Amino acid sequence: MSAAVQHRLIERWLPALLGFGTLIVFLVAVEVLIRVGLINRYIVPLPTQIAAAFGRVVVDEDIVGRFRLTFIESFAAGAMITIIGVLVGMLLYRFPLWRRATETWVAALASAPTVLMYPLFLVIFGRSAWTIIMMGFVAGFPPVVLKTIEGLVTTRSVLVNVGRSLNLSSVQLFTKILFPAALPTIFTGVRLGLIFTLINVVGVEFLINFGGLGQLINDLAERYDLPGTYAAIFFVILVSILFFIAIEKAERWLRPAG
Amino acid sequence: MSQVASVGAQGSDGILVVDDIVKRFETAEGPLTAVDHVSLSVKPGEFLAVIGPSGCGKSTLFNIVGGLVDSYEGTVTVAGDRVRGPHPAIGMVFQEESTFPWRSVIDNVAFPLEITGMRKTERLERASHFISLVGLDGFERRYPAELSGGMRQRVSIARTLASEPKILLMDEPFAALDEQTRLLLGDKVLQIQQELQQTTLLITHNITEAVQLADRILVMTYRPGRVKRIVDIDLPRPRSSEIVSSEAFGHYVAQIWGDLREEASRGMRDEETRRKA
Ligand SMILES: Nc1ncnc2c1ncn2[C@@H]1O[C@H](COP(=O)(O)OP(=O)(O)OP(=O)(O)O)[C@@H](O)[C@H]1O
Ligand SMILES: [Mg+2]
Repeated sequence: MSAAVQHRLIERWLPALLGFGTLIVFLVAVEVLIRVGLINRYIVPLPTQIAAAFGRVVVDEDIVGRFRLTFIESFAAGAMITIIGVLVGMLLYRFPLWRRATETWVAALASAPTVLMYPLFLVIFGRSAWTIIMMGFVAGFPPVVLKTIEGLVTTRSVLVNVGRSLNLSSVQLFTKILFPAALPTIFTGVRLGLIFTLINVVGVEFLINFGGLGQLINDLAERYDLPGTYAAIFFVILVSILFFIAIEKAERWLRPAG
Repeated sequence: MSQVASVGAQGSDGILVVDDIVKRFETAEGPLTAVDHVSLSVKPGEFLAVIGPSGCGKSTLFNIVGGLVDSYEGTVTVAGDRVRGPHPAIGMVFQEESTFPWRSVIDNVAFPLEITGMRKTERLERASHFISLVGLDGFERRYPAELSGGMRQRVSIARTLASEPKILLMDEPFAALDEQTRLLLGDKVLQIQQELQQTTLLITHNITEAVQLADRILVMTYRPGRVKRIVDIDLPRPRSSEIVSSEAFGHYVAQIWGDLREEASRGMRDEETRRKA
């Protein structure tokens, strides 16, 4: 193996290995602390017990079906915040009067604990996946709108002037310059929005005891099956990981130079 | 050897004619006249440099000539056409960094051609031609973030050249470069300009650069920005940066510095009093 190849392999895998190693060290430390009695084993189950619970949770609790449901709900909500959020952001950018009229509301909505509105959504959408999707949407929508506006407004005017000097139409100015220039900021908004969306999707499943992984965690916790609960939480984390990997790929594809 | 043309004397043979431009800005400290009754005329194929101290209104004039400013007094005409917006015959190189970070070098340079709807293979071919003109062969697939500041500026210049404008406007295109690169890139631009017989208006605050490149130099006053003097540069063409060590070159530099020094020190005094106030 040449030195250059070796170097590239290290560059590629070292961070992942380091992260994984840190996680293992952490779990071993927790295991030891519980075994020596420094952490109460009735509150935090042993990592080895959690590992043992995986098989049981996967087989008995239909984890695949629940995972799929939570994933689909999150995907629907995530697609909605992205498409509707970016469109609304673009419209508010285009019509500054509306923007000034609504921006503070949207900002307020972004920081409001919208999860508390779940009874209202239950009434409107019933105890269904739609309640969950809409709650996920409401939570993740404002950051996408705000960041889309920010990205468009802060596009350096010289870039717009390059387009103007080449006589671009306003549609071309938007699609060829403003939008690509704003894209990194828009992605920041989508990432942020997705965090809120994922929290709300699982949170509302938990609250209204419906459907996917959130309900499972609710069930297992009520049965006081702590290892099972933690094993289920692992799958929630897996959903987030999948989404964030997908977003990163999408950004690379849309904007290669980052 | 040096001839000083009388201020404001304009031929009607200019392809680019700026007539009696006044531009005021409303600022927090009241109205500010950035450009005050400036007139100039550039003949076809001529290289005119506009020089003046920082803040004298050069970029404002540049934007007006480029058709990017809506409200001003006076007129700009290109080959007899009154300019009311960006004119297709004019290509602009901006003072600030203006490459598109999301496009590779070749896609940046091909941008104007893409807008005109040129076929992909053809426009990439044309773009690589202009990339090699500014000496960036081998960097076609790189992104601006992977280039030095000077290389990015060359990309901007190549992008503007790729649209093959009859009239080239440049606002301190070399300001971010070190002296050596500035001289060499100046040579390159001059060579291209002479080859394509492009009418060029170069804005600068660098005296050497102006004398090295221009046929005529217009010296602006500091606030309000007026035409102080127009100097004809009678140095032989083709020129290269080696000319900077000639005696005649030194005379021109000294003469223009004499004009500029007054303005620059007025500008500095003005800024000092402003800071104290
Ligand atoms: N949009 C604006 N609003 C208010 N004042 C402006 C605006 N643009 C420029 N000015 C003012 O007009 C004057 C001339 O600015 P300009 O950018 O044309 O200077 P310049 O000669 O290009 O300077 P430099 O060499 O530093 O680039 C400055 O005093 C500046 O503060
Ligand atoms: Mg300027």
